Amino acid sequence: MTEKIELAQNAAGRMVPAMVNGRPQIPYLGLGKYQPRGRKAAPPVRSSRDFPEDGDKRVHDLETALRKCGLRDGMVISNHHHLRDGDQVALMALRAAERTGVKDLLWFPSASFPSQKGAIELMERGVIHHIEGSMNGPLGDYCTQGKMRGMGVLRSHGGRWQAIQDGEVHIDIAVIAAPTADFFGNADGSHGKSACGSLGFALADSIYADHVVVVTDNLVPFPCIPWQIQGNNVDYVVEVESIGDPAKIVSGTTQITRSPDRLRIAEFVARFLRESGIMRNGFSFQAGAGGIALAFVDYLRRMMKEDGVKARFVRGGSTKYLVELLREGLTDYILDGQTFDLDGVKSIASDPRHVATSPFTSYNYHGKGSFASMVDAVVLGATEVDVNFNANVVTHSDGRLLHGIGGWQNCLAAGCTILALPSFRDRIPVIVDEVTTLTGPGELIDVVVTERGIAVNPNRPDLLDSVKKSGLPVRPIQDIKMEVEKICGGKPARPKLGERPVAVVKWVDGTVLDTVWQAG
Amino acid sequence: MTRSAVGEAGHWGKDVRSDLHVAIERRDGGGVQVGLESRVAPYYGESILAQVRQELGALGIRDAQVTIHDEGALPFVIAARVEAAARRAGFTGEGSRATVEKMALPPSSARDRLRRSRLYLPGSEPKYFINAGLHGPDAVILDLEDSVARSDKDAARILVRNTLRAVDFGACERMVRINQVPLGLEDLAEIIGEAPDLILIPKVERPEQVAEVDRMIAELKARHGVERTIWLMPILESALGIENAFVIAASTPQVAGLTIGLEDYTADLAVVKSADGGESLYARTRLVNAAKAAGVQAIDSVFGDVGDMDGLLRWAENSRALGFEGMGCIHPAQIRVIHEAFAPTSAEIDKALKIVAAFEEAEKQGLAVVSLGSKMIDPPVVERARKLVERAKAMGRA
Repeated sequence: MTEKIELAQNAAGRMVPAMVNGRPQIPYLGLGKYQPRGRKAAPPVRSSRDFPEDGDKRVHDLETALRKCGLRDGMVISNHHHLRDGDQVALMALRAAERTGVKDLLWFPSASFPSQKGAIELMERGVIHHIEGSMNGPLGDYCTQGKMRGMGVLRSHGGRWQAIQDGEVHIDIAVIAAPTADFFGNADGSHGKSACGSLGFALADSIYADHVVVVTDNLVPFPCIPWQIQGNNVDYVVEVESIGDPAKIVSGTTQITRSPDRLRIAEFVARFLRESGIMRNGFSFQAGAGGIALAFVDYLRRMMKEDGVKARFVRGGSTKYLVELLREGLTDYILDGQTFDLDGVKSIASDPRHVATSPFTSYNYHGKGSFASMVDAVVLGATEVDVNFNANVVTHSDGRLLHGIGGWQNCLAAGCTILALPSFRDRIPVIVDEVTTLTGPGELIDVVVTERGIAVNPNRPDLLDSVKKSGLPVRPIQDIKMEVEKICGGKPARPKLGERPVAVVKWVDGTVLDTVWQAG
Repeated sequence: MTRSAVGEAGHWGKDVRSDLHVAIERRDGGGVQVGLESRVAPYYGESILAQVRQELGALGIRDAQVTIHDEGALPFVIAARVEAAARRAGFTGEGSRATVEKMALPPSSARDRLRRSRLYLPGSEPKYFINAGLHGPDAVILDLEDSVARSDKDAARILVRNTLRAVDFGACERMVRINQVPLGLEDLAEIIGEAPDLILIPKVERPEQVAEVDRMIAELKARHGVERTIWLMPILESALGIENAFVIAASTPQVAGLTIGLEDYTADLAVVKSADGGESLYARTRLVNAAKAAGVQAIDSVFGDVGDMDGLLRWAENSRALGFEGMGCIHPAQIRVIHEAFAPTSAEIDKALKIVAAFEEAEKQGLAVVSLGSKMIDPPVVERARKLVERAKAMGRA
């Protein structure tokens, strides 16, 4: 990839490629400015004539299934990431593809994990052309060093649904790891030795892909109850010994942070919700599975009990801390996008109030609304935030890929978006003049909570007002920044970024928000 | 410390945060060569190199090979490690002190200030220093004694000195626990110039030990032009120390309080330390009595189980009931529980406010006798009520 890539400046002032992997791009136009047109994409019409009447779609192995799906060079193969770092199906599928002799595949996972670093060899051998999906660890480094033939495309969970639905990415073959399935292809994640909870990330793939292969290590007689993936969308079912390493699929228990500084941040966040009046009967919130977020849930739970307040729903990533809220009657429902620990998996399998959701219901911006904007408050992390509240979640401050976007961008639509961050990490200040990679526009980020104080976005005078008399340490963001820079011995130098784009960050509407540059 | 060609100080490795390792090798010529590996190199690599070169210059080092592995250390830590490594490499002559920017000294502390909680910070673990004040203990204790390995004492006292100089602990009183005398005298020589508010003297058994420390401090204060009082808090950790509690408390006017170290005390008695502390009840009440007799504060030991907040609350409440005015903390999570336990109850505050009001009323009317309802109130009761109201105000309770 030595050709000159044409760049355009988008509405956020960022230089972004006009073409990505041969497709023309729309630079980010500003919040709510892009108006999509046209009709949704759709897979070809199929006929029952071509499928077994007894419903038995089993084939002997993945390679056979892929051949029967008509696998050829340049196709798009997708996987979901509900098995997280324990997943064995994605590499199994890509290696089976290699045995058929195909080249130049586009691998389109809903996220990749360090244990899938074997994909690097497949790229080196030409089997995979490039990856569109989150990359971190070894895959992230491979991409950032400019070694991937195509450009990486980073999308949020909702943005991935949007891209599939809008026809930006056409999946040829979806290979779906299923902790439980029947021979017809009905599949679910809540039971089986490799149970992972929800399978929501695979739903779009099952609906829009030309071909769908379900891979399971727990085949049950028809019907698989409950099912989240409908067998009517599935071409073939493959039974394997194991789809993943259960120890790495869900953690035994998710751990609350023990760092006093992080606990302080978590408590500030909970107090902010209480003092601002957001924590009231019938409210809703979302928090992830990071150490600060878990501690926040625990603090909030105590405050809800003290004040006799009950939530209508909470959004997961579910963990035992959300499950506790449900069990104690502090929330009516958990609307769960992915399930992080064993308590979460047990709960979703047995409690009808713990409901599996998908990126369609929760996050897709190109739908008739989504849950994301109905959540009262969301607590998120970030690697950097700037004085205008713009935030970076995908790269280290030196520009190396660090995280996928996950649901992060989608969650910014919440009524009150809170970033909970230590004010510096290893001497590196978190509040900067300008973020390295723009992942979330500052207009949508309302509050930044650090151990040294709480900054409220000036565009939210209502929030600022609501906590004026709370005794919380509310300070201008520049103030916190200056204090931290003094502690750290001055402003950090700006790391040199390269000049060649290696990946783009999409906004939730499919426009290009920013560029990841080759490491300098 | 024996002189050797290479001096090393500090720590590095995957699990180390906010510290660095410096190795300085003396050379006969060739100038100063600095090799740097740092996890923050893209952001502060240049700044670290510039700082290190400046420190080396200030230390009078012209020819040396310097190797640094940095784990995100802040400037005051970098300066301390460079200086410690230089001294260990035998650079001990003129200009052997590296400088870091000195912040304005906080106001000096009062002898009877609030000392409910004192947070221990291991003197060679810089990662705990910078945010310690945020957690709101009444005091921080930079510890040079038990939490610092014998071989690391020299480096730790340089680090503690720089910490006193450069770290903002907010409203916290800045205490240092020195080593047992005579080693502790070397600690004093390094740190007194930075005017810590209070020195904890460990394993005190006789008043002469306190007097010796006091003399040394007076001398160092004069040398460094430190004018404010540096208070003393002897730690009694043996049966003999407890027997001498009063004479120790009364040994110099700089003593602001007495405290007790229960690990060593129970070891001295050859008894097991229990959750309710029955075996040390005598020692603790004896200490309280001696402290009050000498007009100084009585401060309790630490509660060692950081996971047991209920146990801590029980201990602290009992401690307050015995007459202690505070205790030590080994984790910031203990601070709030301790403050809760040592706060006067609202019933106590109400009663005290009424007594003070009655006294003021009586004074206004020129009455010699103060009474509340049908009860006569003695002057010491009024005095106690006043103190309680003051404390409650300081704690934001009245």
